[in-house]
Amino acid sequence: MTDIIQAVINGVLTGALIAIPAMGLTAIFAVLRYVNFAIGPLATCGAFAAWVLNFRYGWPVLPAMAGSFVTVAAIGLAVEQAALARLRPSGALTVAIASIAVGIILENVLRFSFGNDLRAFDLPLMRDWRFWGLRVGPQQLQTAGIAVAMMAGVFAFLRFTRYGKAMRAVADNPDLARLFRMEPGRIAMATVALGTGLTGVGGALLGLDSAIDPMSGSRLLLPVFAAAVLGGLGSIPGAVAGAILIGIGEELSLLVIPATYRSAIGFLTILLVLSFRPGGLFGERAA
Amino acid sequence: MLSYVIFSATTAGIYGLLALSLNLIWGGAGMVNLGLAGFFAVGAYASAILSLAGVPVPIAILAACAMGAAAGIGATWATVRLRGDYHAIVTLGFAEVVRLVAMNERWLTNGTDGLPGIPAPLKSVLGPQGFAVFYLCLVLTILVAVFLALRRLDRAPFGRVLKAIREDQDLAGFAGKNAMRVKLIAFAVSAGIAGLAGALYAHYQSYISPDHFQPLLTIYIFLAVTSGGVGRPAGAFLGAFLVILFLEGTRFLGHLLPGLSSGQVAASREILVGLAFLLVLHLRPQGVLPERIRPAPAQ
Repeated sequence: MTDIIQAVINGVLTGALIAIPAMGLTAIFAVLRYVNFAIGPLATCGAFAAWVLNFRYGWPVLPAMAGSFVTVAAIGLAVEQAALARLRPSGALTVAIASIAVGIILENVLRFSFGNDLRAFDLPLMRDWRFWGLRVGPQQLQTAGIAVAMMAGVFAFLRFTRYGKAMRAVADNPDLARLFRMEPGRIAMATVALGTGLTGVGGALLGLDSAIDPMSGSRLLLPVFAAAVLGGLGSIPGAVAGAILIGIGEELSLLVIPATYRSAIGFLTILLVLSFRPGGLFGERAA
Repeated sequence: MLSYVIFSATTAGIYGLLALSLNLIWGGAGMVNLGLAGFFAVGAYASAILSLAGVPVPIAILAACAMGAAAGIGATWATVRLRGDYHAIVTLGFAEVVRLVAMNERWLTNGTDGLPGIPAPLKSVLGPQGFAVFYLCLVLTILVAVFLALRRLDRAPFGRVLKAIREDQDLAGFAGKNAMRVKLIAFAVSAGIAGLAGALYAHYQSYISPDHFQPLLTIYIFLAVTSGGVGRPAGAFLGAFLVILFLEGTRFLGHLLPGLSSGQVAASREILVGLAFLLVLHLRPQGVLPERIRPAPAQ
């Protein structure tokens, strides 16, 4: 029983981290209508940006996360402008495929600059808290706390600010939004900055818990996609719920299957959801 | 030098089969297969395991085709009704799971150590030199046969239905075509060709391991199909040879850029592949050999 409770706790904590890039992916899909396969490498970029700020320049965790958001949002905007925006008339699939090429370039620029070694953040070591036979690491709690604060921030942004409302309007009906004098182009760019910035912070948060290397973001790709598909592509609350469920599902499954098959859980979830409820938990029609 | 050319040409032939497979599904039906490397791996492992168990090589290769097609149906039946994005995600995940299985099920695939000693047909009779030439001819013959069959298909009613579905699935449905069934068949055939390519690769290399089936391979093939011309088998054929030329050309990058570590040279090559792909998509998306009847612009 303790094992199961421990797995659920760990699952919620990792799920909160997966939720951040999943929100980014789903936001970009909601407004720009394409699946961004570069989010894996973008998450790695975020992890390395935070690592450079923390390890080389001695920034504490919170400013390093902010730096990571800004860096990756800038990379995301540059990529969108230079490589993806002009392909939009050729259709969503062409943009998605181009985003894979972008991902390969980003990943290999990191590999070129930093090599393949594992790198860890410079953080104070803290003893795990133990109670009722359960263990929770203070570092895990801190990263999950940052993740929850970011989710609250994103929800407040979408609910109360002009840009946030405009994003939801464009996602809902671009033509109608245009009638109300919103510029879909500018809203799209704001969404790309938000989505890629979130992805970067997600990569950085996951790096804080373990170590990072040029592939660490790409290993996240399946759980992040699974979270977004489970919640319904295009639904931000769905992405959060999906991520928590994927986190719990992965940790619970580790009780019965070898850890190496962890990312297969994401794939199975995607297959099951698409077979029986393609719109996901909160999503629109998928066909 | 000659053996290097023969080796590159054989690899290009195998890539050519993969490009034909992708072209059928992407150029034909407008579906994306991001898991091409996975179907390639299924074919390679199926043929390798069967022939190591004593099954004659030709039968093992046919079985590998069937396995590839079956895997294609398995990976597609859930998503064939949905938007193409979902299908892309599932195929990507499929390739990843194939790699996981290949790495972890030691009893079947010998894990990361790979499978050595896969029978190479007639190698003992012909010697290494003769085998290389024989295998090049074999691969090219199969490539041409598949090419002709697909070109026939492309011009047959089935090919026209596929392209109608690519342009407007609902409209094809109104015209009385069972779009789901046609797409599923096309995907199965395409995955079967990828499995065939995998089997040919396994018997050529006589050693396979999960490292041979990196996701990057899928990108090479996308580059081949896009640069050659999406929607035309001849374009895929040409594109595969262009990509091998490009890949082999960038191999000499290390000599041009002294002072880089081998890891940095490898990273630079992959950056070049990514850039080349983006450039083709932006500058000549229709490829070297464009479709004769241009596709309708996307809505």
